[in-house]
Amino acid sequence: MIEEVGTSTDGDLIINIGPQHPSTHGVLHLVVTLNGETVKKVEPHLGYIHRSIEKMCESLSYRQFIYVTSRMDYLSSHINNLGCAHAVEKGLQVEIPERAQVIRVLMSELTRLASHQLWWGAMAMDIGAITPFFHAFREREMINDIMEETCGARLTMNYMVPGGVMYDLHPDFQKKVKEFVQFFRSKFDEYDELLTGNVIFQARTKNVGIISKEDAISYGCTGPVARAAGVSCDVRKLFPYDVYGKLQFDEVLMEAGDSFARYQVRMGEMRQSLSIIDQLIDNIPEGEFQAKTKAVLKLPKGEYYSIVETARGELGVYIISEGGMTPYRIKFRSPGFSNLSALDHMARGSKIGDLVAIMGTLDLVIPDIDR
Amino acid sequence: MLSIESITGSIQDFLFANLPGFFAVLVQFALVGIFVISLFAVLGLVLVFMERKVSAYMQIRVGPNRVGFKGTAQTLADTLKLVLKEGLTPIGADKFLFNLAPFVVMIGAMLLMAPIPFARNVQIWDVNIGVLYISAISSIAVIGILMAGWASNNKYSLLGAMRSGAQIVSYELSAGLSIIAIVILSGSLQLSEIIASQENGWWIFKGHVPALIAFVIFIIAVTAETNRAPFDMAEAESELTAGFHTEYSGMRFALFFLAEYVNIFIACAIGATLFLGGWLPFHIGSWTAFNHIMDYIPSSIWFMGKTFFLIFIIMWFRWTFPRLRIDQLLNLEWKYLLPISLINVLIMTIIAILGWHF
Repeated sequence: MIEEVGTSTDGDLIINIGPQHPSTHGVLHLVVTLNGETVKKVEPHLGYIHRSIEKMCESLSYRQFIYVTSRMDYLSSHINNLGCAHAVEKGLQVEIPERAQVIRVLMSELTRLASHQLWWGAMAMDIGAITPFFHAFREREMINDIMEETCGARLTMNYMVPGGVMYDLHPDFQKKVKEFVQFFRSKFDEYDELLTGNVIFQARTKNVGIISKEDAISYGCTGPVARAAGVSCDVRKLFPYDVYGKLQFDEVLMEAGDSFARYQVRMGEMRQSLSIIDQLIDNIPEGEFQAKTKAVLKLPKGEYYSIVETARGELGVYIISEGGMTPYRIKFRSPGFSNLSALDHMARGSKIGDLVAIMGTLDLVIPDIDR
Repeated sequence: MLSIESITGSIQDFLFANLPGFFAVLVQFALVGIFVISLFAVLGLVLVFMERKVSAYMQIRVGPNRVGFKGTAQTLADTLKLVLKEGLTPIGADKFLFNLAPFVVMIGAMLLMAPIPFARNVQIWDVNIGVLYISAISSIAVIGILMAGWASNNKYSLLGAMRSGAQIVSYELSAGLSIIAIVILSGSLQLSEIIASQENGWWIFKGHVPALIAFVIFIIAVTAETNRAPFDMAEAESELTAGFHTEYSGMRFALFFLAEYVNIFIACAIGATLFLGGWLPFHIGSWTAFNHIMDYIPSSIWFMGKTFFLIFIIMWFRWTFPRLRIDQLLNLEWKYLLPISLINVLIMTIIAILGWHF
């Protein structure tokens, strides 16, 4: 598959960015055709971290397969698990207790915050500023601590089960989350001072990597990438799940479609997530945290599809059941794959530095793309 | 008071009293060589440690704190590791140029040590065209970088080297013009005379706004010339992995690394000499009591203090700014800095002719 790279008929320079490269955030391999510093073509080569998760899921029970998906988009593992749990629940036709729904939304938003914080630091690093990374990790660490107390793990939490969540909340949960929200709010100005307002940063991101609304739709972009181009695609708003329908929050939309718009969308989403947490944290209803389900789950014969909004966009979980203990076929529609496919379109004609910046604002998580 | 001047003086007297003239000069050369090389090494160690500590405190970290007292021996340990490491030469590399490049960069940095006045009367070579010499020699480093990039047989290296070439050649103009502004004011190219002309006040205070503008442009230009962030195009870690020194390992890499820090030191030392009065103490007008106390601080401390202050500013840049893009970098130079510094030189000339400066 990999042809003789390095030579080109037109006398262009072909360089391999990755699979080991500081700015691909994993094992993405880009074959970039350059004319001097200008990017002529970007060709992503995938498969370096393919673990065949979809196939693995077919041999696992409906309770088990959820946790394999934590390893897909490891930065929003809660939300992956939630999407799978939703699909199974659709088949089981169970009613989820109110408390479980609220806990799920709270956890999803904390995950989204953690993911966006990591993105903020990593993207700044792609553009050459190293300090924001450490500042972002200071806040992210607080979320990880909350996760560790509640779920027992920091990254792959495995907290969702079909019918609710695995354990009840930690007694300190509300206090810790409130502390975090207050602390993070106070740091937002610092984020803006350090990066958003910086002249160099704005020069590097404005009018760079532009994607139009039409192109964003035809490439299948979702999440902040599409919303930055003005495509309204927030699953939480359009197809509300759990308690999202009852909450007050805005879908952050921008028109420009450039790197800076994608940046602003994610910054805006962090504020919206904080506001969602504010609305819920004092109103966690009492009651069961898990609906009663059978020990061995069997989905009736049929097809089940559910979508959730991860930190990167729309995650679709498609289950075909033959009525047995394990799914017959599972397919994930991961947001990263579609967003990556638009990279060539965005980066053509820009400089190498911009290619890296665009990749940063796409917020790629390679295990999510390769699965 | 024991000053460096008296030490060097007594060494000279001792040598000439005990040895025939020719050998005395030879021994002096050797001593100066040893001094430069050891200064080179010590500066490297100190500046790397300083950079790591500065970055750590900006990034809410502690930084190196295990090896030696409060981590001070960390750089020593790192150097030891680099010395012991195998220096690989990639297949297809131009071996001669590949091995030569780090030395070209380092020798360029060492030659620049010569005209710098470290303290009162402590200067290796007080050449009468000091400023010209500095501008000329500082361009040698780019040859080494281009050599390294070309000889590595690596596309990342080549891109880094090409960027670096374009960058250093352009920013030299602004750096040169801002130095010329001071030369116009002081009326001399000799560094010792430039310092002497600041006896009654540093040029940054005496030269009105143009001197301030020249100073700011100088700092920006030397940051670019030494390939430091936000102008670290040649390395551009997130784009070109390590730029021109991607293929270097072991001691050859260490030489590049060392040369970078020594170049920063030299650039800041020149900045301190031209704009901040070099080793001259800080005086406030005719407040004799204050001036007297300031005079008691040794001149070498004044020089080092000013230099390290400027180094800190350059480190501050690196740890707070994102990187510019190559075309933006060249735009900044050719569209903004160069015209501004040309006009600045013109204004400075008028000021100098009319004698408006203090």
